[in-house]
Amino acid sequence: MLDVLSTLFDVGFFAAIVRISTPLLLATLGECFNERAGVLNLGIEGIMLLGAMTGFTATYFSGSLLVGVLVALSTGAIAGLIMALLTVVLGVSQHVSGIGMTLLTSGFAFYLYRLIFGQPAVPPNVTAMAPVPIPLLSGIPFIGPVFFDQTILTYAAFGAVPVSAYLLFRTPWGLDLRTVGENPHAADAAGVSVWGVRCQVLVLGGAMMALAGAYLTIAQFNAFTFGVVSGRGWVSIALVVFGQWNPWRCAAGALLFAFLEALQLRLQATNTLHLPYEVFLMLPFVLTIIAMALVSRNACAPASLLIPFRKEER
Amino acid sequence: MTRFRLERRERTPVLVQLLVPVAAVAVALVLCSGLVRLAGTGILHAYGLLFLSTFQTAYDIEDTLIKAAPLLLTGLAVAVAFRARFWNIGAEGQLMAGAVVAGFVGERSWLPAFSLVPLMILGAAAAGALWALLPALLKLRLKVDDVVTTLLLNSIMLYGVMALLEGPWKDPRGGYPNSPSIRPAAEFPILAGTELHLGILVALLATILVWWAMARTTLGFAIRAVGHNPLASAYAGIPVGRIVLLAAIMSGALAGLAGAGEVGGVRYQVTSDLSSGYGYAGIVIATLAELNPLAVVPAALFFAVIFNGAGSMARSTGVPVYLADVIQGVALLSMVAGRLFMVYRLRVAHHA
Repeated sequence: MLDVLSTLFDVGFFAAIVRISTPLLLATLGECFNERAGVLNLGIEGIMLLGAMTGFTATYFSGSLLVGVLVALSTGAIAGLIMALLTVVLGVSQHVSGIGMTLLTSGFAFYLYRLIFGQPAVPPNVTAMAPVPIPLLSGIPFIGPVFFDQTILTYAAFGAVPVSAYLLFRTPWGLDLRTVGENPHAADAAGVSVWGVRCQVLVLGGAMMALAGAYLTIAQFNAFTFGVVSGRGWVSIALVVFGQWNPWRCAAGALLFAFLEALQLRLQATNTLHLPYEVFLMLPFVLTIIAMALVSRNACAPASLLIPFRKEER
Repeated sequence: MTRFRLERRERTPVLVQLLVPVAAVAVALVLCSGLVRLAGTGILHAYGLLFLSTFQTAYDIEDTLIKAAPLLLTGLAVAVAFRARFWNIGAEGQLMAGAVVAGFVGERSWLPAFSLVPLMILGAAAAGALWALLPALLKLRLKVDDVVTTLLLNSIMLYGVMALLEGPWKDPRGGYPNSPSIRPAAEFPILAGTELHLGILVALLATILVWWAMARTTLGFAIRAVGHNPLASAYAGIPVGRIVLLAAIMSGALAGLAGAGEVGGVRYQVTSDLSSGYGYAGIVIATLAELNPLAVVPAALFFAVIFNGAGSMARSTGVPVYLADVIQGVALLSMVAGRLFMVYRLRVAHHA
């Protein structure tokens, strides 16, 4: 038994958890910002796919990972801006425009990919982002290879957790943002531009979601496939609820999800447990629903989530 | 100084109601023509193929109607749910639930042959309804957000079906993760001389039934009232919770029927790619139809045309088939934006 456990939970396993959690962290934090300001962005699944596609394509043609990252960030920001135009400026239904954004951006990503690359037998690939071991820290036994021998994007994603928490809870901007999400009329009366804050976070969130997608195609894998995101956006929506709109708890949820996925991959590879791998993929979704049912009575969803703000109307 | 401001309309003129969806689709086509140009194909040539290739032969038209049946049902499913403010994003999963039950019933050897088709249809509707009832109960009893649960239940259903199809329910005679074929007696009857199967008739009957229920019955009135103003409805003595549950059951059953049609009339087995986004397309269709059951028919037909037409367009030009998906997305977004003009009117205010 101990043998099985030690082959399952080696350094590689924990390093895999850190890798797998990277896109989830980026996307979940992006969505967390959006929802804290009162906008649910269901476009997340499509925006991740678009970022995955544009980030990959830009890297493929420029040969530079930096260009790939920048292009993904800007396409995500543009997608966020379109979402802002619809849900903030026009104030239309956030559910429907989110689903519309996902349909539009994923269709657009597939369209452009097919147009640029055709239908090659072997998908074109790029040299994936290499890990950058941090001097000294990467030498620590166990912790080093797990946390400090990763790509820059992983460091950025993990660094984004405390930064997001600090921004949200310790800065005037974060206070404005949370007020806008809880009581936009009070924020407005206090001289905060509700539309301005919401547009800012949608652009920021969109960029983070697209970066999460790009991580998949230029760091975790090295090619774009149509199923590359496969529901990770929906997972992030769930993780925000699971994490009760708190960056730290969202990160914990992302790690839990990554643990289950890594376990699933490991069990499949070592053929130790004869359970269909889909059960493991399903588990986080089931857990999220159960968690939502348990905490719903004292759930702390931003009070103005889903409600558009029009100055004249109360 | 001239300022524009939005002013709430007392009521929406019929002309505006008709014009906005048409304009939304037109905007989508105009915007997407840029993508067609990008592919180096003439816009008229590509759009000609997109729309007209589905009307070339009787077979093409039948194919469009077959494609329209599940879209009609998921469109109705979303329309009913959204009317009651039950945000059912889960038609995709409810369709799969229906498909699984239809496939399972259709495969049973001990059931009398004549009972197969009716049992498949009823079972699929029940399965879809149950899969929609769960998030509705969670919403009503525990105040769990229905958007997130219905979305998650789609993934849960999909992984569940995949696990079944790769494990205990895998067709032993095939290499692919599909369920065994249903019995020949379980295949939906077709209209003599055509490919049109019973599922299309079911979809049309469901449309009429839903329209009648929504427009002419107390239940329909209650659903619309609850969707319009739940507080006022409760005050007027309408059992809001029960009405939302009934709307969810209707919605899920409709989506489940779409699954039965796909298994009984098209695939004759269950596959994990059975629903190629019909559930999400249902949201687009219901929104374009302004949640009106009768208007769902032209909207579903329109998308059936472009989904099928995109295939032939892609084969004879260099325009990727995904143009249809982009059109779908842009049409939905322009429709939600355009709806603003139904509720509000643009006023030019002059100030001295």
